[in-house]
Amino acid sequence: MTTMRRDQIRTFINDNFLFREDRESIADGDSLLDAGLIDSTGILELVAFLETEFGLVVDDADIVPENLDSIDRIAAYVDSKLNTAAAA
Amino acid sequence: MCGIAGYVGRPDPTVPPHALLARMVGAIAHRGPDARGSHVEVGVGLAHARLSILDLAGGAQPMSDVEDELVLTFNGEIFNYVELRDELLQRGCRFRTASDTETILQAYRVFGPDCVQKFNGDFAFALWDRGRRRLMLARDRVGVRPAFYATRGNALYFASEIKALLEVPDVAAEIDPVALDQVLTFWFPLAPRTIFKDICELPPGHMLLADEAGLRVTPYWRLSFPDAGDHAALDRRAPRDIADELGALLEDATRIRLRADVPVGAYLSGGLDSSIVTALMKRLAPDRLKTFSVAFEDAEYDERPFQEMMAAALGTEHRTITCAGADIARSFPDIVAHVERPLVRTGPAPLYGLAALVRREGLKVVLTGEGADEVFAGYDLFKEAKLRRFCAAQPGSRRRPLLLQRLYPYLPQLQTQSQRYREAFFLGSADELADPLFSHLPRFRTMRGIKQFYGAGLRETLGDYDALADLRDRLPDDFSRWHPLSQAQYLETAFLLPGYILSSQGDRVSMAHAVEGRFPFLDPRVIDFATRIPPHLKLRVLREKHILREATADLLPDAIANRPKQPYRAPDSRAFLGPQRPSYVDDALSLAAVGRADLFDAGAVQKLLRKCDAGRAPGARDNAAFVGILSTQLLHGRFVDTSIPRSSHEAA
Repeated sequence: MTTMRRDQIRTFINDNFLFREDRESIADGDSLLDAGLIDSTGILELVAFLETEFGLVVDDADIVPENLDSIDRIAAYVDSKLNTAAAA
Repeated sequence: MCGIAGYVGRPDPTVPPHALLARMVGAIAHRGPDARGSHVEVGVGLAHARLSILDLAGGAQPMSDVEDELVLTFNGEIFNYVELRDELLQRGCRFRTASDTETILQAYRVFGPDCVQKFNGDFAFALWDRGRRRLMLARDRVGVRPAFYATRGNALYFASEIKALLEVPDVAAEIDPVALDQVLTFWFPLAPRTIFKDICELPPGHMLLADEAGLRVTPYWRLSFPDAGDHAALDRRAPRDIADELGALLEDATRIRLRADVPVGAYLSGGLDSSIVTALMKRLAPDRLKTFSVAFEDAEYDERPFQEMMAAALGTEHRTITCAGADIARSFPDIVAHVERPLVRTGPAPLYGLAALVRREGLKVVLTGEGADEVFAGYDLFKEAKLRRFCAAQPGSRRRPLLLQRLYPYLPQLQTQSQRYREAFFLGSADELADPLFSHLPRFRTMRGIKQFYGAGLRETLGDYDALADLRDRLPDDFSRWHPLSQAQYLETAFLLPGYILSSQGDRVSMAHAVEGRFPFLDPRVIDFATRIPPHLKLRVLREKHILREATADLLPDAIANRPKQPYRAPDSRAFLGPQRPSYVDDALSLAAVGRADLFDAGAVQKLLRKCDAGRAPGARDNAAFVGILSTQLLHGRFVDTSIPRSSHEAA
């Protein structure tokens, strides 16, 4: 499951921020901000994607680089949200 | 105001000199529709396309001096020619016309190439000195008027626009990868580099001398600020006294820019700067004044209420064009051909339409507020840099970054941003404080995303080329000792102003319609005066252009005088998409066309197009990438791709 989610996230990043197929261009741990991939509109796009794709609600307080600034972080954030939802 | 072209040396023998000059000046005929002239002698050819503004009867060019030792082709205006002529007459010079052109010839006779120091004007000229067999090519201090050159074989060719150089059989257009990377980082190539390989721009404030000994390009003026700690170098009078002198200086700068034998109009954006200029014009010449504005269909960009308020307050005869996205899209290929470089913004398009309106209304000259944001610190970037520096000084503070919320009140997507992301966008890492480009790093970060679209070939050619390092290398030696605001002002004034504001949004789009812009805020006296004004009087806490507001408060209605800065912006990618989308968009961005230009990754470009097409509001980076790639492709198609016949360009 987790791997599939990570692939979905990577595909979204590839198609909407990176626009490329070649995996070398950004590693899962790379900062999206440092790579110049995310601007103020990009964050809103990313949040909208996570909410529709995974059916979760991203709280305003969650919209911080610690949760969203790399593919690894996004995947971990989505996992924790879904696990919390499942446990509840 | 005009177009100039010519050569020195032995030109390509396959085309007769007069025919070559005719072709060169013919390519820039839009700059000077009123008359054409050329002059050929052994080793030199000069040509001119004239827009008659001063001494309509006597100002024909190329012009020789009374002694017949010098020949000149000149684009622009020497605004202080009246005073300079008096000085030269006292020194025994003789004149046969009443033109500013002849003033250049006589000033050169007296002062040699240093004559440029005497000129208060916007100019690019080529002067042939018969005795020394030397050509001098010179350009005004801040870069209002353009000048390009290229050496091929045994000749140096020069012209107001690159398209004239491309008429020379030896000169072909090929995209310079480094220049492309610079444009997609800074919005323009770093002069003398142009977007085309082996075609150079004469940088602002420089002159070129070419003779038997070779070719020398040297600066004669450079913007400079006092060291931050050097209080003695600053104007230490009471702010009121500084403001009063500034007011008088601006009035005189406006007065000499009204010199013309044709009527002079004004652009009225609705902001502070153009309102000041228009109010000064009205005070100096209270008779009929025509003013011109761009209005936008889209309320996000529109400033009509302020334009109308100012026009009514001054009683001007006001004309407006309304700009819609479709207008931008329709004119964009022509604009790219005029500006001769890729664009990452569509801002030139409405101004292109505005110049066309001015021309239709029968005017050739307009005064505008250009330059005030650079000289008096009006741009939001200056506030942003000040706040970022304030935050960086106390990295632990949770309060200081809250001030970032006060930036860019007109950008909705930034206002809805979480505080933490706002900090991430603006604050960067701690070591940025030591970077001389500190003020501009967020802007450059936004542009960095465009590199994702570079094709494999372009990436390989660029290798580890770093445009930011290149820019750092061009900063003056004493830059690091200036006040941070002065540093930011320098970066805007020495680079973006000539590279984009005065060219892509200035000369090139207005001269496309033979309309000359004049800019009182860029009078050299105003610039020099402003460099000595203490930084805290320009950007007072977060009030931009404070001293300018103080100097001009009595000229303007309160609503304009106290108006916060509204930056000039125009619709970006969405102007090109949607139901009215012109067919060239898909052609230029097609797999085949992108592959042929071999600059960008064709698949990535397709994805960007799909994303923008899907209507999910693209952000600053996507917009810049879309406009940048589209314009690069159009530029390639227009100037480089020889598989497309020339005739199809002319029909387009």
